Amino acid sequence: MRSAPAPNSPDFAISPVPAVSVRSLVKRYPKSKTNAVDAVSFDVPQGEIFGLLGPNGAGKTTTIGVLTTAIVPTEGSASIMGIDVARSPIDIKQRIAVVPQQSNLDRSLKVREILTFHAAYHGVSRREREALADRLLGELGLAERKNEKVNRYSGGMAQRLMIARALMHAPDVLFLDEPTNNLDPQSRLFLWERIRALNAQGLTILLTTHDMDEADALCHRIAIMDHGRILVNDTPAELKKLIPGGTTLEIRASAPVAAEQEIRTRITAALSALPGVSKVDAQADEGDGSLTYRIYADAATALIGPAAQTIFSHGAQVHDLSVKQPSLEEVFLFLTGRHLR
Amino acid sequence: MAAHRTGLALNAFFAILWRDVVITGREFVPFLLQALMQPLFFLFIFGKVLPGIGLAAGNFAALMLPGIVALTGMIAAMQGVTLPLVLDLGFAREIDDRLLSPLPVWWVALEKVLFGAMRGAIASSVIFPLGKWILGAGFAVRGDRIAMLIGMVVLTGCVGSTIGLLMGTIIKPEQISLMFTLIFTPLLFTGCTYYPWGALGSIRWFQVLTLCNPLTYASEGLRYAMVPPVGGRDFPTLDLGWILFALGASVVVMFLAGCRTFHRRVVT
Repeated sequence: MRSAPAPNSPDFAISPVPAVSVRSLVKRYPKSKTNAVDAVSFDVPQGEIFGLLGPNGAGKTTTIGVLTTAIVPTEGSASIMGIDVARSPIDIKQRIAVVPQQSNLDRSLKVREILTFHAAYHGVSRREREALADRLLGELGLAERKNEKVNRYSGGMAQRLMIARALMHAPDVLFLDEPTNNLDPQSRLFLWERIRALNAQGLTILLTTHDMDEADALCHRIAIMDHGRILVNDTPAELKKLIPGGTTLEIRASAPVAAEQEIRTRITAALSALPGVSKVDAQADEGDGSLTYRIYADAATALIGPAAQTIFSHGAQVHDLSVKQPSLEEVFLFLTGRHLR
Repeated sequence: MAAHRTGLALNAFFAILWRDVVITGREFVPFLLQALMQPLFFLFIFGKVLPGIGLAAGNFAALMLPGIVALTGMIAAMQGVTLPLVLDLGFAREIDDRLLSPLPVWWVALEKVLFGAMRGAIASSVIFPLGKWILGAGFAVRGDRIAMLIGMVVLTGCVGSTIGLLMGTIIKPEQISLMFTLIFTPLLFTGCTYYPWGALGSIRWFQVLTLCNPLTYASEGLRYAMVPPVGGRDFPTLDLGWILFALGASVVVMFLAGCRTFHRRVVT
């Protein structure tokens, strides 16, 4: 890895070329009525872990596809380390590495060969690639099974092997598409550690995820995507400040069916009138007919009593009540009115 | 910078070719069995059994051997390209790692074609010792057109692998068995493999039809290079100029079409 200053070091400010730069990117597939990626722009400074967060179909993977030369943009431009992606794909391929959502490991080769051949494709000398393969297999805990084929590898091992493969040609930017999707918790934590360690060595990482905890735990900055657009792009801490008041009180309640719509409106109005409340969202559950109220406020804890009282006074029942600390999940809900999944 | 980029791309190209060589080398026996089982029985039945029981003329083996060489080379080349491509582009995506190597996307297709042609040429070559062993005294190949023979074997491999490229980029995984039947069977029987083109004069429509099949030209080209002269006269084949033109044109057209569909499948 070429070393780059960490985002918080004083040298960082004088790094002029962003690792990744995307400008007004649009991708529209033929026969599609909407844009898969719709006027997306962002920069990733060198040495950062940057997350694209959003539900499936938000346009994250398409954005990565454009940056990794697999998808041709309809409009706009993208560059990596100052090199235009559309104009110089060969130079780009030498500087990036991609770990896809699903394993695309070469099943005809043995595990260690997957690494050495990858390096050979990228012009790494035989001596270097042999040594590096052994080192990475050791670091990622795969050394014992290096002469097997990957058929018998678990999902977590395949994921680690794909990361090892990505590192074989010392890329500037590593793309991870949903890196811990479908992994067991232990593998997930191991991978997070590895990702942080790689970043500490100077590698710029762009990852996509629909896992809020993952984005929060790993990323220096996060762009939240939905329907092909970036809604917000900031540090996790700043994103959480978007929630008015910071905390949320969530109450699940039910009302007599006949009067549901009217009572729902009246309860929402009454809750909004409580002191310190900046916003109230109500969401119906089709299954049991219950309603969930999300009350955004400066001090949600203080509202537990009054809010419950308000609901009781309208003849409704409270089933569940909780105070949510600010999280990216809450931010996404606040921005889109929907849960991520 | 441009020279550096070309060097990088060339290096990637040969590394990818080496990968295919290593894998095939490891599975050489299965590869040979797959390529040679059918010609082995064809040679035995048509070259030994039928003449032996008086159902075929004595020189039938000498006329059929070039056809078997052509067919074996072509099928081995096609299979070496088509099957891996259909699976790779369909769902396995194992080819992604090579597509992300620092070389133009169409070079990955070129590598497939070159490697397929090598497979085809090797499979064709093995027919010669196999033929000698099975046909014994019936094995007859003229020795004065060796250069032409080598050229034809290589060209036949290229024809097969470029068709394989086009097929591999068009066929979906779920269509594999259907497409093999729909494409291979007509290819097999209209390719002048088991009969010389000139002998079809009495079935004119069929004779014209066989001219649409590249395998016809490969079979006839190999007959030109292999069948020994009788009474000082060369065995009559299709005109060599037409043979070379048709084979060359097939390679170019199939390769260009295959590259186009390949590109469409890997860059959207």
